[in-house]
Amino acid sequence: MNIENRINQLFRKKDRNIFSVYFTAGYPRLHDTAAIIELLEQNGVDLVEIGIPFSDPTADGPVIQRSNDAALKNGMSLELLFEQLAKVREKVRIPLALMGYFNPVYQFGVERFCRRCRETGIDGVILPDLPLEEYQEHFQPFFAENNLHNILLITPQTPDDRIRKIDAASSGFLYMVSSSSTTGTGKKVEDFHREYFERVHDLQLKNPRLIGFGISDRATFENACRYANGAIIGSAFVKSLDSSDPLEQVIARFAAEITGRR
Amino acid sequence: MNYQVNEKGYYGEFGGAWIPEMMFANIDELQKRYLEIIENDDFKTEFNSLLKDYVGRPSPLYYASRLSERYGSQIYLKREDLNHTGSHKLNNTVGQILLAQKLGKTRIIAETGAGQHGLATATVCALKGLQCVVYMGALDVKRQESNVKKMKMLGAEVVPVYSGNQTLKDATNEAMRDWISNPGDTHYIIGSVVGPHPYPDMVARFQSVISAEMKTQLLEKTGSELPARVMACVGGGSNAAGAFYHFLDHPEVELIGVEAAGKGIETKETAATLAVGTPGVLHASKTYLMQNRDGQITEPYSISAGLDYPGIGPLHAHLFKTGRARYLAATDEEVLQAVLLLTRLEGIIPALESAHALAALEKITLRPDEATVVCLSGRGDKDMQTYLDYFGY
Ligand SMILES: Cc1ncc(COP(=O)(O)O)c(C=O)c1O
Repeated sequence: MNIENRINQLFRKKDRNIFSVYFTAGYPRLHDTAAIIELLEQNGVDLVEIGIPFSDPTADGPVIQRSNDAALKNGMSLELLFEQLAKVREKVRIPLALMGYFNPVYQFGVERFCRRCRETGIDGVILPDLPLEEYQEHFQPFFAENNLHNILLITPQTPDDRIRKIDAASSGFLYMVSSSSTTGTGKKVEDFHREYFERVHDLQLKNPRLIGFGISDRATFENACRYANGAIIGSAFVKSLDSSDPLEQVIARFAAEITGRR
Repeated sequence: MNYQVNEKGYYGEFGGAWIPEMMFANIDELQKRYLEIIENDDFKTEFNSLLKDYVGRPSPLYYASRLSERYGSQIYLKREDLNHTGSHKLNNTVGQILLAQKLGKTRIIAETGAGQHGLATATVCALKGLQCVVYMGALDVKRQESNVKKMKMLGAEVVPVYSGNQTLKDATNEAMRDWISNPGDTHYIIGSVVGPHPYPDMVARFQSVISAEMKTQLLEKTGSELPARVMACVGGGSNAAGAFYHFLDHPEVELIGVEAAGKGIETKETAATLAVGTPGVLHASKTYLMQNRDGQITEPYSISAGLDYPGIGPLHAHLFKTGRARYLAATDEEVLQAVLLLTRLEGIIPALESAHALAALEKITLRPDEATVVCLSGRGDKDMQTYLDYFGY
């Protein structure tokens, strides 16, 4: 366990324009998981969030709701996901995080989940409905023992003192929710809470920050990157996977669109 | 044994506030302020006066003589069906609309299954002149059409929800998404003793008027405040929580909750969460859930839209776990027979939900000298189409 967590490595080497992508495991097809991760890395993505599908994704908008439903219909489960990821570290070097809702992890067993994450080479976990207080009271040691970051969210409504508390309890990075919304509901760049971004910037937090929710194209990505170390794109990427073109093409096109690189 | 919520929002091991950070500000404000607001004397005066003159309380405790004769016992019906809008749901929405006003909220959202909670919410929003949006599963929009029309007439926007089974769980998901997206001006009136702390406790307190009245009425009618047992149907569990509330610390009063067995608890088509569920986290609460091994919520089924929910309030999870209350389940078929029985013996057409409690009278031993109170949570107007189709009138 002496290897440095890959999320830390990433932020040590790169502190701007971090390009992070979310997708739902098991979507569009059940066994696309490893291929999608590899293609994202090949196309310059810095950090991948692998979504664990859930039947009731209450913090997600329509696109990710649909990908969750489809993935479950395809037969995705946490057990299967870990099997699919077993060999991912033979090829992939960028940091990987699992993102999902608490109940599937709870049924799997939180301790067992954290252990499997370490065995698989997962660096972080994002569980929006696992509140800070429950995490600290019951689960923190499992994450620590397995060299796993629990990534916590902050939002425009989070008061400053709570942001500081979350920052203190966090490691890896802070997931900064761009505006009051579920995922993918695309409030426009102009609606972005500049005041909120600047306020958080001025708090001089110890953790780096990535902005997510509503980042959908180059303009929103670049804007977010002005206020944080980078940004996370979810729904827009998941939507791009609807295309009937081969994954190679779809992902290359998507990455080029966001970064402007060819 | 303690049956009240603790300061962290737990009943024993159940409850809590498993909210995403996006809901923190609203839930934190509610947690910090709900008791101070609802225990305030002016609030209580206004709440009680609306309960009396607007809801029509106290609701009668009716001695059902022919039903009693049929079961060879003494059966009382707590007539929540006689409330304005036809169910117990209005007790809670009157309380929450006053609270929302104290919090300075101008927009109200709600989820609804049978439409009774949506109707009760639309009603208090009309009363107070607040904007109202009700989320309702698309299947429920169809099967509870008359309530949809009433909500619209009252000025509410009814939003059909097409995800999942298109029932109560899905409507709740969508209401939570709305609140996440509109944290500033909006209060979410949850319709049962479910969701994050403080909702289960807050809703139970607003509904506790049911058992408070029962005590006074029983004393008058039977010479004792305490019945042998209290029975109520359980969806999320708010009418049951209200009916049990003031008897929780009287172990001599047997408490029986009745879940919807649907086509039978041994089939997949059921909504009897305690009969088939296991602990987990849904809708920001740790409680019993219908779920598969992977922690995916399984779709419930019940003929009754108001009980068609794969979870249960954490208070009931605790009462079940500790054995303080007993939970039975009644099938669609048994429920329809109970509807007809009450209709023909007492001239009261009950709601499908409430008839679950009545159906369970068949399943227990009733002694001649015992008083049983059944919470008749609502009337059957909204279910007439189902009744007409089934009984063929
Ligand atoms: C008449 C009636 N009774 C009971 C219920 C179930 O709710 P609860 O279990 O919260 O009382 C409903 C819900 O719609 C209802 O309309």
